[in-house]
Amino acid sequence: MTIFDRRTLLQGGTAAAATAALTGPAFLEWSKAWAQAAPWKPEKDAQLSILRWKYFVQAEDDKFVALMEAFTKATGVKITISRESYEDVQPKASVAANTGAGPDLFWGLYSLPHLFPQKCVDMTDVADYLGKKYGGWVDSAVKYGKEGNKWICIPICYTGSLMNYRIAASQKAGFSKFPGKTDEFLEYVKAMKKNNTPGGFALGHASGDGNTWIYWCLWAHGGQHVDKNDKVTINSPETEKALNYAKALFENMVPGTASWNDSSNNKAFLGEEIHWTNNGISIYVAANKDASKKHIAEDMNHAYFPVGPVGKPTELHLMFPILAMTHTKYPQACKALIAFMLEADNFNPWIAAAEGYLSHCLTAYDKNPIWTADPKRTPYRDVAKRSLTAGGLGSNGEKAAAAISDFVVLDMFAAFCTGRDDTKTAMKNAERQLQRIYRS
Amino acid sequence: MTDVAIENAKPAPRAVTAWEQLKVNRNWLALWFMLPAAAFLILFLAYPLGLGVWLSFTDARIGRSGVFIGLENYDWLSDDPVFWLSVFNTLLYTIVASAVKFAVGLYLALLLNENMPFKAIIRAIVLIPFIVPTVLSAIAFWWIYDAQFSIVSWSLRHLGLIDGNINFLGDFWNARWSTIFANIWRGIPFVAITLLAGLQTVSPSLYEAATIDGASRWQIFRHVTFPLLTPIIAVVMTFSVLFTFTDFQLIWVLTRGGPVNATHLMATLSYQRAIIGGHLGEGAAISTAMIPFLLAAILLSWFGLQRRKWQQGESND
Repeated sequence: MTIFDRRTLLQGGTAAAATAALTGPAFLEWSKAWAQAAPWKPEKDAQLSILRWKYFVQAEDDKFVALMEAFTKATGVKITISRESYEDVQPKASVAANTGAGPDLFWGLYSLPHLFPQKCVDMTDVADYLGKKYGGWVDSAVKYGKEGNKWICIPICYTGSLMNYRIAASQKAGFSKFPGKTDEFLEYVKAMKKNNTPGGFALGHASGDGNTWIYWCLWAHGGQHVDKNDKVTINSPETEKALNYAKALFENMVPGTASWNDSSNNKAFLGEEIHWTNNGISIYVAANKDASKKHIAEDMNHAYFPVGPVGKPTELHLMFPILAMTHTKYPQACKALIAFMLEADNFNPWIAAAEGYLSHCLTAYDKNPIWTADPKRTPYRDVAKRSLTAGGLGSNGEKAAAAISDFVVLDMFAAFCTGRDDTKTAMKNAERQLQRIYRS
Repeated sequence: MTDVAIENAKPAPRAVTAWEQLKVNRNWLALWFMLPAAAFLILFLAYPLGLGVWLSFTDARIGRSGVFIGLENYDWLSDDPVFWLSVFNTLLYTIVASAVKFAVGLYLALLLNENMPFKAIIRAIVLIPFIVPTVLSAIAFWWIYDAQFSIVSWSLRHLGLIDGNINFLGDFWNARWSTIFANIWRGIPFVAITLLAGLQTVSPSLYEAATIDGASRWQIFRHVTFPLLTPIIAVVMTFSVLFTFTDFQLIWVLTRGGPVNATHLMATLSYQRAIIGGHLGEGAAISTAMIPFLLAAILLSWFGLQRRKWQQGESND
């Protein structure tokens, strides 16, 4: 909806990045050879249409298009690409699943395929093929990818949400290293505020930045919105601890975070109004492209979210799975295309073009030089490995999706932090809403 | 004999069939003329409205038709604090914004009706907020209200009037007043220009007569201008209330209903629950709950317009 989103902020000049690969005669030869050898042979006269989320980084989309064209050249399968803002892919896919018409492939967010598992083409063979070839899938990808014993989609990549901070300001506050534990982090936040270099997390209806830090905070303190049987467990002492912790953070953040949407922290960080926040790599990429912001890029770094009392990482990152609809007339072509996308010769230059914005879910791609060429990008290499899934302990289906998109947990935190509700009321309201969403 | 002649001259009265009667019946013809319009209305207005009401009685999700669940959605909403908050917000938003729009709009109209230099240009300028697409003006306001980069905060800070930035959209009441202000800014031209059109239909001779009778400026306004303007005020305000009550874009761009639902209107909450959250049935129920309010606004002006007192400003009904 908003026009000034990450993508616009980034459009400054990502295109020039890596454009050499994925073109040229040698690559075409390779594509043709691949098509010959691949276990999936596209149907005769196959044509595919794919609906994807709208890119954040122009160079990534350019590579994506190049990849599709390469597939067309190698196999003769024509591909039509359409793009929707990532929040709008889900409604469209749901309608297509219900009516049995529409694009063959959908590339969406989080648990999209779990909304209609019986309408997804079985991808087990593709997942096994890729997993075996590229070092296996990370845990969260398996959770998102499988329904029962069957893979109903292929997890393509993640967009990480990690800590972004200014180095000099942090050092001045007495932190040479970004805090790794939640109580240290609170001290850090207080010290930063005292030095007049505060930061902030979005507490408005920000579907990306808001939800990712809120779920981190909840999980870090042992809170869970549901248990493994999808029973609502939000009203708990652990949640209360998480709420109190969030409030302590909130009181030491820059004022106004309750109104922030997904792009507010990007703007504020690049405007040097804030000195720490959670975000994808887009701030860093944007700062690098803009000569007047170069000093920000040089003085900033990324870190994992601090680990809470539960003693292990509790991050939530955005996952982008691709699925083929059972109504497609060309399931073999769909499978071939998906496998083609994730082959090293295609995938490596593609994620390199995304400059760290997209992280892989196949462990072999840890070796991609994009993650080590610039050490500031390295934390984003591991987001898939560290990510938990949107359903928490429970199922990853439409209930989890509804709870996230209706901002139930986020609003619970915001209601308490802004002082509208006390912990009891905030938890009770959230519990009531979750019970409705999770009713059987 | 004469009888026979008359008998022959007059053709036997033939029974007129119902079909023949119908063929020349103007009402029947009118029905056919009305049919395209009626079909259009039924297809594009009545059907979606009916479907929406039907959906509100089901547990439909996006992409999946639901089953009839009676009043369950309404039952749930009846003790959903977020829903009632949105009703309160919508009423506050509509009443305050409409009242201010009317007052300022009328004032502007009276001002623009005076003879002044560059009249045409000034009138055109007044229309600008109305011409700019809502989404664009909403984004402009989004920057104006930004927590960090607000031009208002910046100016006041540089004038030394405030220490920190104003939390326009992060504080509950600030956010409400800010969104209401943006709506007023956008809605005033419509009220002002329409009332100006009404003012120009008032015959100057009435003013002359009133002046000769020694009426003061206020008396002229109160007893000549205002009564003659009432029919158009009724129409303008009905539209203004309807537009404000169903506003969506401004809120969605500025706050998405936040902070903590403090600016959720019924329209935005309905969209969030139905389209983003996927609960079509519940979203439809929220939309349907708007109908009584809208109906009340329409009926008020409808019956008001029927009354001569409103139309002509006289005391007899």
